[in-house]
Order: sequence, then structure tokens, then C-alpha cells
Amino acid sequence: MEKDLWIRIPLSSNYAAAHAVKDVDVDVVAAYPITPQTTVVEKIAEFIANGELNAEMIHVESEHSALSACIGASAAGARVFTATSAQGLELMHEMLHIASGLRLPIVMSIAARALSAPLSIWGDYSDVMNTRDSSWITIIASTAQEVYDSIIQAYKVAENPDVLLPVMVAYDGFTMSHTYEPVYVAKDRSIILDYVPKKRPSWNVLDVEKPITMGVVANPDWYYEFKYQQVVAMEKSPEVLKEAFQEFEKRFGRRYGFIETYNLENSKIGILTYGGLYGTVIEAIDYMKKMGMNVAAIRLRVFRPFPYEELLKAIKNLEALIVIDRAISFGATLEGPVAMELATMAYKKGLDIALHSYIASIGQRAVTEEDVIAIVKNTVALLEKGVKVTEKSIYWGVRL
Amino acid sequence: MSSSTKQGYKTVFDIPREEYQAPGHGLCAGCTAGTIVRLLLKVAGPNTIVVNATGCVEVSTTTFPYTSWKVSYIHVAFENTAAVASGIEAAIKILKQKGVIDPNKQMNIIALAGDGGTADIGIQALSGMLERGHKVMYVMYDNEAYMNTGIQRSGATPKLAWTTTTPVGKVLKGKLQIKKPMAEIVAAHRIPYVATANPAYFLDMMNKFRRGLEVEGPSFIHVIQPCTTGWRFDPRLGIKIARLATETAMWINWELDHDEFRVTVPVPKRKHVKHYIRLQGRFNHLTDADIEEIQKMVDKEVERINKMVGKEIIGPVVE
Repeated sequence: MEKDLWIRIPLSSNYAAAHAVKDVDVDVVAAYPITPQTTVVEKIAEFIANGELNAEMIHVESEHSALSACIGASAAGARVFTATSAQGLELMHEMLHIASGLRLPIVMSIAARALSAPLSIWGDYSDVMNTRDSSWITIIASTAQEVYDSIIQAYKVAENPDVLLPVMVAYDGFTMSHTYEPVYVAKDRSIILDYVPKKRPSWNVLDVEKPITMGVVANPDWYYEFKYQQVVAMEKSPEVLKEAFQEFEKRFGRRYGFIETYNLENSKIGILTYGGLYGTVIEAIDYMKKMGMNVAAIRLRVFRPFPYEELLKAIKNLEALIVIDRAISFGATLEGPVAMELATMAYKKGLDIALHSYIASIGQRAVTEEDVIAIVKNTVALLEKGVKVTEKSIYWGVRL
Repeated sequence: MSSSTKQGYKTVFDIPREEYQAPGHGLCAGCTAGTIVRLLLKVAGPNTIVVNATGCVEVSTTTFPYTSWKVSYIHVAFENTAAVASGIEAAIKILKQKGVIDPNKQMNIIALAGDGGTADIGIQALSGMLERGHKVMYVMYDNEAYMNTGIQRSGATPKLAWTTTTPVGKVLKGKLQIKKPMAEIVAAHRIPYVATANPAYFLDMMNKFRRGLEVEGPSFIHVIQPCTTGWRFDPRLGIKIARLATETAMWINWELDHDEFRVTVPVPKRKHVKHYIRLQGRFNHLTDADIEEIQKMVDKEVERINKMVGKEIIGPVVE
């Protein structure tokens, strides 16, 4: 990484997102305030007010309209952005499907937050996990640096003609959105724009010179084919994501993959989680190492498309995998949404691996290194009792 | 200020021959929405982007792989037409500024939605668009119920009208509440141009479309749209019924151009509302007394409008 191209400044993940939006020269931002997302758009508004970003900002009257306006602006050929959290994302839900169905390369950041009722403004991943079947590429960052980098990468992937799917970049509400970390941001955004050039249009746009009809009615003789095209786009996206990550690393020196692993080599037990909790898990692993226990950490960075191959490689030598989910899929076979993906994968590949599903940090209930160590100890005890797959997800730290 | 373009449409010969609504749509025989859209596009011309809410016009003109639209067109959902149009307008503004689109290119952005998509589910997005001042012309075609889903009541359904959700039974007959005054609700946003129009007075309607596209900022045209299926009339009677709506003052054609209020179609001798009502199956259940009740409502409304204008612009009932 050439040091003189970057400045290192303290940023919250929300501000890191705003800096990324500025550096990719977004044309239209539409957003509605919601905690803990708010400071993203406040910062963008400041950039616009100071002339650091030349963009139209639409102060819409709801999140439903925020994504609707983004759909309109993207359909007109603009590079667009929005950000939200929790109830706001739920209000957008209908539009999530329309944005991907219309194949518009919209990028959105999400300060992940618990869902009402009861009302909780605090961080968990209930909102993000609820969007999993909406055909959005989903990246979950675990540092403010990664938020900045991922949003830049997101435009490169979304606008690729082989993909043309919207992308969301999520991170922990409050624990990341409102805490500061040192982040490298480009001194001059030309290096960023060189990586994500604005090639308009790489997607179909509303052009008065070449009229098109978008958002048609598709009867049973056609609808299925449209949806299958989204399946194909998702299938093509891993290759495009990989290239985007590799080119990013080549240009800027910061390396990202679909997953991240830590202390994998000599471990028989692994802990898989996502978002900012990964940092806590790593701390716990270092501590356990000192106690003579070798435990691996695996972080899910790309949730959709699900990084099947990479995960398979990471877990194939493990005897047991602990999945700590931060959302609940009520009534599911395993109520941890990511644990369920792993169970499907293990079955598909006939893996001889124990799978223990834990739910933690719901509504931002604190999860410390001690909790992680206790989860590992609990797992070891369960394994000794012969529990291969937890019958139900284990609700860590809940008062029964 | 309110210097309306005087070189408007004066006769049928002024109407452009070009068609931007291609033949072959799937609207019902006798649907007056087709008439409205066809004339709207003639006024707007080719440099137009239409944003259409879910509804009759959308489903009957865009069935893949066909389209009736010769201008750029997008449908997104039922309730967000105004928000999508806001996004398009903002995008074009900034892309012109950045030189991606020719800055001198004049483009019309038209939002088109029915009464449900405007007065009910779409009112929030509409209000947001008006308040923010996007340069979009919003056209509401008002067939006074959810016709696309099969004639359910909307906020724009008139009092005592039959619909499938306000059926005529032993206790209740038709809708209990009055029609939501959408154009006046829009006018309360203090936008440059608000008008009501009627396809039977097509030159007046086209001049309003023209003015709506011309003003700086948002404009709103509320068009009455007789629906053969939902109003229950013979398909050939659509325009006749539309004309009777104005002749009976059930519908008043007015415009509010930068605070200047004007009734654009004066009715010196008004017809009794029964002429309008008795042609429509949706009012079949009404007794003469019910019709008199509606007549009284209309009389009151006429009195209010005349007071606003400051003279008797709509005259008394002369059968």
C-alpha cells in the first residue's frame, strides 16, 4: 500500500460508509433518518454542503420512498446510495425485491439493529437476516476500514453487467456504527474512481432517445424466466466478487475474501460468526491459546451468495463447529440462520462434523471474551456427552 | 407569474398526429383511461419518461414481451410513483449538471396513477414529492374505486356508490363517506399548478397537461375517468357520462395556477344530477330521495365554488 495515497483518520463505521460514498462519486442519495444509521447521511449531507461531493440528496418522507427514489434514480442511470437500519429496512422490504428484480446496481449500507416489538434501537442482525431471499448481494463487515472498502467494492460488483444486482454492506449497529477506529481513506478519490469507473450505462436506463419499458407485467409464461435470470446472476457473482477483491488487493494492498479465518491450522474446534463479534472471538482465542486450547475462528463476510467452497475448505478438518448467530429464525429447524446454512452444507457434503448452534447478542446483549470461552467449554462438555448436533439452538445468556 | 401559454389547443386540428401510445393495449372496451393517456402523451411528446403506479393502465399496457409505450416508461409498485419520479428527476438534474446527459435536453417526467395509488396508498409519497418540489407532473386518473382488483371502494369513491366492498344490502347501501377532495389536498401543498380535468373536455384537459409540464416545480392534474366495468354502463357511453359529470357539476373543471383560481369550464345552465346518476349501474339502488340528497351536496359545492370565483360561474339547475 503506497502510504502517500491514503490518510489515516479516526472514523466510526457510519462515517467510513459516508467517506466511501463520497469517494465513489455517488450521484443521488435518498435516505430517511433512523437510529443508528443516521450519522451516515448526516455526514453525506455535510460533504454535499461543503462541495466535497456533487450529488443530489433527496430527503424522503420514509424508507419506503428512500429505496423507491433510489430505484428511480438508478433506472435513470445515476450511481445511487441509501442507508438504513431495522424498521427502516423492513419498510423497504417490498422495494428490496423490486430493486433486484429490475436489476439495478443500488448500494446500501446497514447499521444492523434489532427489530421491534419490543422496541430496541440496539444492534443485532435480525434486520439483515430477514432480507436473505431478496436477491441482494450481502456483505457483513467487521471493521470500519472494511466498511469503507466494501462499499467501494460493492459498486464494482453491482455495476458489473454479468451481475447487476443490488448490494448491501452491513455492520453492527452502535458497536461499529458509533465507535471510532483508525481508517485509511483515499487522499484523492481518483484512485478509487480508477478502480470503480463510472461507465454509464452498464445497465438498462430510462433514456428518452432509446425508449424502454421497465417493470413490466410477466404472466406465468414469462415470470419464472425472469426469476431464473436472477439465479444466474447470483451464480455468476462469486467470480465477479473474487475479481473485485483481488483487484482491490492488487491496487490498494488490503486483502478481503468471502470468509476470514484465524488460528485454523491446529484447531479441532472452530467458531463461526459475523460482524464485529469476530474481534471479540479472536481476543478470546488468543486468551484460550495461553490456557493451552487451540480454537479456530471463522468469519462469514459474504452472506449472499453463500460462500460454499471457501467455507467447505475451512471447516473440512474440524471436528466441531460452533456457529454464533445474532438473529433468530423463529420456528426453524435450527433457529440460527447461518447455522442452518452450515447444517445444509454439512449434509450435502456428508461431512463428519459436529455442529453446535448458538444464539447470542440479541438486542445487543453484551457478549464478552468470557462468554466466548464459556461457549467453547459448554460445547466441549456437550461433545463429551456425545451431542453431535444441538437439537435446538442454544440461547446464550438469556434469562429463562 | 401565472402567464399561461396562450397558444394552447383551441381546436381538434391543434392536436398532434403523432401517437406515443401504440395500439394494441388490453384496456376494457370503452375505457376512458386509454383516451386520457393517449392525449397526455400527445401533449408530452417523445422526450418523456412516464412513471406508472400499479393499476389498470399498467397491467393492460406492459404485458411482457409487449409494450404499448413509445416513450420511456417504468412501473415500480402501487404506492411509490411519486417517490420513483422524485428519484428520476433528481438523477436527471445531477446527470445534466455532470454532463452525462445533454444539459439542454428538455425532458418531461410524468407520474401516472389511479385514485387508489394516489388518494389512498400513494398519498404519503405524493405529499413528500410535492413538499420537496420536484419538477414532476402527477396525473391522477380517477375511476373512483379499485378497478384493477375488481371494483373495491377507494377514498375517491363518491358517497352512496356501490362497490364490491360497499355492497348494497338490507342495512347499508353503498359507500357511507364522501369523496376525498384530492386536488384540494394537493393544492394545500402550495405547488405551482393544480387542476381538475375531464376527458369529455379534451382540449381543456390537454391545455392543463401542457401547463402542468411547463411550470417550474410539481404540478398535479386530477382527471375524472368513467369506468365502464366499475360504474356499470354501456361502453359507448363513457364520454357522454364524463360530459354529464361536468354538466351536472358532479365534477368541476378548475385550475389553480400560482394562487390564481379559475373554473375553466363554466356551466351557465346546470343539469340535475339524476341525468348523470341514472346512466350508471353503480347507483341503481338509489331512490329519488337519495338522488335529491346528492343534488343538495352538489348545490352546496357549487355555492362554495361560485363564492371562490366571486361570480356565478356555475348556474342553477335547469333540468
